[in-house]
Amino acid sequence: MPLELVEPIAPESPEKEYLWTLNFGPQHPATHTTLRLILTLDGETVVKAVPDIGFLHSGFEKLGEDLNYNQYVTIVDRMNYISPVANEIAWHHVVEKLLGIEITPRCKYLRTIFAELMRIHDHLLNVGAAALDLGAFTAFLYAFYQRELIYDICETASGQRFHPSYTRVGGLMYDVNESFVDKVRAFVKGFPKTHADVTRLLNRNRIFIDRMKDIGVLSKEAAINKSCTGPIARASGVVRDLRKDEPYLAYKDFDFKVICATGGDSLARYLVRMEEMLESLKIIHQAIENLPGGSVNVDSNSKVVLPDQFSTYRSIESLIQHFEIIMPNRGFPAPVDEVYGAIESPSGELGFYIVSDGTERAYRARTRPPSFIHFAIFPDLIVGHQISDIVVVLGSLNIIAAELDR
Amino acid sequence: MKHEDIVAHLKSRFGADGFATSEFRDNRRIIAQPSNLFAVLASLRGECGFDSLIDITAVDYLYYPNAKDRFGVVYALLDSVSGERIYVKTYLNEPELAVRSACSLWQGADWMEREVYDMYGIVFEGHPDLRRILMPEEFTAFPLRKDYPLRGRGERHNFPVLTRAEG
Repeated sequence: MPLELVEPIAPESPEKEYLWTLNFGPQHPATHTTLRLILTLDGETVVKAVPDIGFLHSGFEKLGEDLNYNQYVTIVDRMNYISPVANEIAWHHVVEKLLGIEITPRCKYLRTIFAELMRIHDHLLNVGAAALDLGAFTAFLYAFYQRELIYDICETASGQRFHPSYTRVGGLMYDVNESFVDKVRAFVKGFPKTHADVTRLLNRNRIFIDRMKDIGVLSKEAAINKSCTGPIARASGVVRDLRKDEPYLAYKDFDFKVICATGGDSLARYLVRMEEMLESLKIIHQAIENLPGGSVNVDSNSKVVLPDQFSTYRSIESLIQHFEIIMPNRGFPAPVDEVYGAIESPSGELGFYIVSDGTERAYRARTRPPSFIHFAIFPDLIVGHQISDIVVVLGSLNIIAAELDR
Repeated sequence: MKHEDIVAHLKSRFGADGFATSEFRDNRRIIAQPSNLFAVLASLRGECGFDSLIDITAVDYLYYPNAKDRFGVVYALLDSVSGERIYVKTYLNEPELAVRSACSLWQGADWMEREVYDMYGIVFEGHPDLRRILMPEEFTAFPLRKDYPLRGRGERHNFPVLTRAEG
């Protein structure tokens, strides 16, 4: 089927000839990722912005139809690579919802710890990079030191720093060891100081505040109407957080607040993220101190987890189960139906829509990517602002191109 | 509005055979006809308080067991005040791969509909700017359809080749 282009953009009328067009990206240091904007400018004021995306499109959803429920986790953590484990938790949360599996308390707590570590991880990069773009380099370095500590925690748990692929259907790749607990405790102890440093460096920085304030204002009605979720919606006054509204994992057990603001501008989004980090830290602290014992994987009778090495070698039932899961065209007893599930990822509602045909792989694995939906509102936020405000608004929306294009 | 009230309201608007319902886990679905899909969505938006569109996606049921229709289009809706969710689904078959665009109901539908068009070739009538969004504009196929192979087909010769002099 040939492509039918809609009407080309009409040439501007003669009296608008002074407008000029500027191409921003796809390779530009301030986009941080690969995306392109075609800007129409009146002097330095943006009259119109047309995003052009797809530079990193690599067919993740097509791959999701080819890899089984465990294998695809290596692909989802490459979507939002700033907070990889949050994507893995989202994927397996939905797969477990499809299969009807209730994970063990220890696994719930560990996944909660990881989800919140990833929230800090993501917000630190977002805040740090936004500060970097506005010339506050020190805060960026402070933020990145703490991100390194989180990478170390990922490495301790899974052996991989950047793409841990740590979750599995019905549990985790491995249980954690004492060293993990120590590192998380050390992080919980050390992070508030960095947070205070960054807060002092940025909140009293006149240039930073003046450039963020009243830039890219998103009203509450627009946030709801344009499908915004997560910190961006909460900064516009939408009191909604899936951790409270549709509690999953172990969030019911913890005491934390949902951070909201009413400004709706880039500064409000920055402030919401800063405060959310402290709430996440509270959750991690409560979870690591009350970490339940027991197994991280569900009972092996559920036929979804690999039996441990000892029983695989010593009992015929476990050997058969191991074989069933490892061999292609066997695997998970999935119902023939479809389900949507979502978690509160650092940048918003990260959902998956899985259509299952009863085999061990998804028939359709749709991602609801928050970056994609948040980038769609960018043209409305930037119109009327200066060209130098583009980096401010882009930074406050937290666009990750790998998730944007998948 | 509770789910039972929503279904009762839709029954009074569209009759008992205007739509079907189904349920799986916590997902409660309304299965509408392509002809009254927009009216169902408008009713949910205007009268039942579903003020946020969470997602639009499509499924190609070509090799699905016991499937009668080729494509399904799914709308995930959310009431941002009560937190109630509902999923509206419709089935489409070739050659009538078109539904009315939901952009007039939710502005967030813009890019989601473009992506469904890009990946499946389902046309959203009345969409303000229905162009490909992820794939390049020269692309002719719809890659998430099930008859499109994983390894791809015909992409390379469809891309214009730029020589060094032109570039």
